[in-house]
Amino acid sequence: MPVFTGSELTCLRGDRLVFTGLDFRVAPGEALLLLGPNGSGKSSLLRMMAGLLKPFRGRLAWDGAPVPDDPDGHRAKIHYVGHLDAVKPVLTAAENLAFWAGLGGAADPRASALAALDRLGVPQIAGVPGRYLSAGQKRRLNLARVLAAPAPLWLLDEPSVALDRAAVALLEGIIAEHRAAGGMVAVSTHADIAMPGARELHLDDFTPVTGGNAFDDDAFGDGGIEGEDAA
Amino acid sequence: MHRFANPARFQRLATAILPWSAGATVVLLVVGLYFSLFASPPDYQQGDTVRIMYIHVPAAWMSLFVYTNMAIAAACGLVWKHPLADLFAKAAAPVGAGFTAICLITGSLWGAPMWGTWWVWDARLTSVLILFFLYLGYMALVNAFDDPQRGMRAGNVLLLVGIVNVPIIKFSVEWWNTLHQPASVMRMDGPTVAAPMLVPLLIMAVAFTLYFVTVVLLRLRAEIVQRRIQTMRLTQAAE
Amino acid sequence: MTRFLRLVGRDLRLALRQGSDASIAVMFFVLCVVLFPFGVGPEPNILARIAAGVIWVAALLASLLSLERLFQTDYEDGSLELLALSPVPLEAVVLAKTLAHWLVTGLPLIVAAPILAVLLNMDTAGFGTLVLTLAIGTPLLSLIGGIGAALTLGARRGGVLLSLLILPLYIPVLIFGAGAIDASLHGLTPRPHLLLLAGLLAAALPLAPWAGAAALRQAVE
Repeated sequence: MPVFTGSELTCLRGDRLVFTGLDFRVAPGEALLLLGPNGSGKSSLLRMMAGLLKPFRGRLAWDGAPVPDDPDGHRAKIHYVGHLDAVKPVLTAAENLAFWAGLGGAADPRASALAALDRLGVPQIAGVPGRYLSAGQKRRLNLARVLAAPAPLWLLDEPSVALDRAAVALLEGIIAEHRAAGGMVAVSTHADIAMPGARELHLDDFTPVTGGNAFDDDAFGDGGIEGEDAA
Repeated sequence: MHRFANPARFQRLATAILPWSAGATVVLLVVGLYFSLFASPPDYQQGDTVRIMYIHVPAAWMSLFVYTNMAIAAACGLVWKHPLADLFAKAAAPVGAGFTAICLITGSLWGAPMWGTWWVWDARLTSVLILFFLYLGYMALVNAFDDPQRGMRAGNVLLLVGIVNVPIIKFSVEWWNTLHQPASVMRMDGPTVAAPMLVPLLIMAVAFTLYFVTVVLLRLRAEIVQRRIQTMRLTQAAE
Repeated sequence: MTRFLRLVGRDLRLALRQGSDASIAVMFFVLCVVLFPFGVGPEPNILARIAAGVIWVAALLASLLSLERLFQTDYEDGSLELLALSPVPLEAVVLAKTLAHWLVTGLPLIVAAPILAVLLNMDTAGFGTLVLTLAIGTPLLSLIGGIGAALTLGARRGGVLLSLLILPLYIPVLIFGAGAIDASLHGLTPRPHLLLLAGLLAAALPLAPWAGAAALRQAVE
């Protein structure tokens, strides 16, 4: 299974330079724990890894093959769990999940959906429409997506939000299983999620010292001072 | 191309060009207006009304010229993601809309004595009116987002969709017009333009183009400075 | 292909369970047309004269009405991000959602149109062409409108903005659609109009999903 790497990544949100010169590497079986204060770019980095956000500079690659060369292949390799739960109020939990499983390439979407709900400890919500689910149940439903269709790299943005202690323990077990089978995870979190042997990435290490922006010369990397200015 | 896309370098370039383009605009406008209003002969059919043409026709050219430029910049902005290309379209839009409005207003001013009515659903007038709506739509879209970047990107896609549609709209309107209003309608074509009229017309066209360059440079500069201020505020908020 | 059908099926199921969008669009269409006799008077000849144009303008407005929500709910609940990340190309997602939108809002318009034509005293010679132009034209409206819906995601006053952007682009469809009916009513062949409409549809089928996908990518960034 290939290694996922990012090198010299720079993230620009609007005019704000969020992080710059960031490198990471996730090999099969490994976990990457993203740490840092609010606004340090944890979510942005995960969105960048997913391919939602284009890096301003730097590159993402699978075994050295750049992601932009094969965006379809990249999307087939990842699962992304963001802040929003993507639960349709009029569909039942099982229908919600089966749709994503089918889209992700599961052979029998309904069966894998039910199995995934079972694994996350909420088999009883399968027939319940999305609008009656609690925040925690929606969260579990969203997390169940990563099990309903297989993908090697999981990108989890604050997965423990709205989860109780038991659910977090379940999640830890699921991540450990995934890694044992050669899967990879990148997780951003404030709370503690136990991931033995996880590599830690402190995003505040990559925050630029001065508030750089796209309209400064140096953001273009070629220096800007010309003869007329120096004279 | 990348050289001039660097905002700081652009600022220096703009500072160098601006006095010249502004000066040339004023001189050419004065000369052009003198020629078109006083030093050219009245038309043997239209009389002095023909002088409206010296404003109307260059404005019509500019309305299309500016939109095409914006679409080219939009394509550059989408492909190379250069902040200046995005900003160009945003800066040029109100100027283009202004030219289009002038074209429409002078057109109906000319129509009142010549056709006896302020507005006819002539194919050209109608096309220009739709072009005016496209400008307004673009400006509304660009300003509708909290993140200015997102507004400009969305605007770029709209400009490309628009430029594909402009010929289709033009063709369909002409088709519609010939079906509904057979040859009785007067066209703006008029007699072929004679040399004494062509010279002021061209001078005015160049003056309008230079005016466009000047105003867009000014607006681009202001926009860049505004972005800098925004960034400073953000940096302060972060500290 | 099965994934594409899955997408269409999901949107249809959502629309049917929510149930409002389809009926609102067609009710708006009917009401809009019914208003015209009150405005221009009940004189049958006048109504027959303007019937084709009125029905087509009402169809434009009705299709606009529901377009705003084409991507809106998916955008708000995070589904759009996941769709953008799914192995299905985003262009196919746009096409699938547009197709579902047309099935839900466009088809009922085609069914309702002949009834309205009767109300407006339109000559029966134009009925076939009316249905035919709507059958070619309403998918075109959904396709073009889909671009606008994608562009205005997350914008302030998105709905009003959408009409401002899209209505000028609808003009050719309106011209050829109403023109074809007029031609049949005057005993001429509507063929050139219909061919032009079909040509526009053929061009929009690949181009509109492409532009819509470009706009969606910016929206989820």
